[in-house]
Amino acid sequence: MRVQEKIIESLLWLSAAITILITISIVWVLLSESVLFFSEVSLVRFLTEKEWTPLFADKKFGILPLVAGTFLTTVIAIAVALPIGLTIAIYLNEYAHARFKTYIKPLLEVLATIPTVVYGFFALTVVTPFLQSFIPGLAGFNALSAGIVMGIMIIPMISSLSEDAISAVPRSLREAAYGMGSTRLQTAFGVMVPAASSGILVSVILAISRAVGETMIVAIAAGQQPRLTLNPFVPIETITTYIVQVSLGDVPHGSLEYRTIFAAGMTLFVFTFILNNLSFWIKKKYQEKYD
Amino acid sequence: MTNSEKNRLKDKAFQVFGVFCTFIGLVVLAIFLIDIVIEGIARIDWDFLTSLPSRRAASAGILTAWAGTIWILILSALIAFPLGIAAGVYLEEYAKKTKLSNFLEINIANLAGVPSIIYGLLGLELFVRFMKLGGSLLAGALTLSLLILPIIIVTTREAIRAVPRTIRDGSFALGASKWQTVWYQVLPSSFGGILTGVILALSRAVGEAAPLIVIGALAYVPFVPSSPMDEFTVLPIQIFNWTSRPQAAFLTNAAAAIIILLLITFLLNGVAVYLRHRQQKKIKW
Repeated sequence: MRVQEKIIESLLWLSAAITILITISIVWVLLSESVLFFSEVSLVRFLTEKEWTPLFADKKFGILPLVAGTFLTTVIAIAVALPIGLTIAIYLNEYAHARFKTYIKPLLEVLATIPTVVYGFFALTVVTPFLQSFIPGLAGFNALSAGIVMGIMIIPMISSLSEDAISAVPRSLREAAYGMGSTRLQTAFGVMVPAASSGILVSVILAISRAVGETMIVAIAAGQQPRLTLNPFVPIETITTYIVQVSLGDVPHGSLEYRTIFAAGMTLFVFTFILNNLSFWIKKKYQEKYD
Repeated sequence: MTNSEKNRLKDKAFQVFGVFCTFIGLVVLAIFLIDIVIEGIARIDWDFLTSLPSRRAASAGILTAWAGTIWILILSALIAFPLGIAAGVYLEEYAKKTKLSNFLEINIANLAGVPSIIYGLLGLELFVRFMKLGGSLLAGALTLSLLILPIIIVTTREAIRAVPRTIRDGSFALGASKWQTVWYQVLPSSFGGILTGVILALSRAVGEAAPLIVIGALAYVPFVPSSPMDEFTVLPIQIFNWTSRPQAAFLTNAAAAIIILLLITFLLNGVAVYLRHRQQKKIKW
């Protein structure tokens, strides 16, 4: 009996420990291939060259154009999702009936369950033609359309995490604001949002991290032309799209071209790792304690 | 207008803006779904569901794609389900509050935030190359299992945490061992919640294309996979492939395939929501 209990506990422990093994494997895979890449291409070239053309005869290995593309689509997505998501969070908390809230929240979550390849189709076939009708010169593939659609996708992420943060602010603070004669709007922006600011910030950082790693929307709608630009109307390429582009092609295993996707993946991993841990840190450090 | 009137006006204006924001996303979603249904519904017929892929849009079907998706769904469930629950049970019931368990927690939260395409790179090196599984269903399912493992662990823990302390105390008082308590009391009473989490995680896996493209799943597979070692394609990859072609007829195919993919996704989510609802109704501690 004792022995059986011990065996079961070890098996359970092993399952939990596998998660550490996964992290180690990710880092090991990215590092080992990246090291081989950087033995041929110096880190200085990688960080300073202004073109990314590893698949051409004249090879340039500057990651900046891919980073610029990723940055651009992410900024557009957040510019869409943050105002809408935060307004929803405030509206549901300060204005809406509790019944309305219980119905609307699961509906909003549907936005997050749609496969991203479907959003990509939407961006390419509906949003881009729509934008082209009043933005002359908008290319068929562009960062704007992909960014907007990505923003719509991450609305529920910001709205639901911010909503949790705002509703965690104690009633007494809100009632004190009302007692001073504040309107709901003044209470929301004068008291509730500042009190929940760390939680809202966490939701935004996680949303950024999600947007940086998003792949199919940008692969379908933003183009495959690495370009060091912040112009949202022209085709660009994100880090994730580049990895997809190479994976679809016929690049031989072990070649320098093959290793570029791991160097690109390493860059992506570093970005999201920093963002995720920043959010954990803020959550832990700045979470207001009301008792 | 007095100051107080102005403030009330602003308050009302924001209320209207709040309603607008709440519905804008849903309205866009509705426009989008209607657009896809209009474009794709006429293309869906028995032939479309049972035909192999083809270079000619009119005769191309999604048989291999949806067969691949079902294969991936089942294999991923078989791999990630026991592993995720076991890890969740360990962290919630067995782990002591040590530095190690704290590290495990942060690590799982981190894994949940790793972009799916990075899991693709991991799968490519670990399963496709190192374990020599090639671009097979098994390699794809293993990759997606790792991707959804953190989600399953987190939801398992939440479900287990909802089981009150008294249930465990009662079980121990009757002389049950730790594992007996977990197996006969804790797991059965939290199973609804756990299953909900697993199904939601699987619905995420069904929609993933990026990691499978990276591990080398093909867009053109002219046969239905019959074993886990076969090459495969899935619906999202087929949709991506058709979307990236210039001819309009392929876009119609993509819309039709999207309808099928969304049906599967919504079905899984619907089952999950139903299970959660039933669980909440049935059990009152």
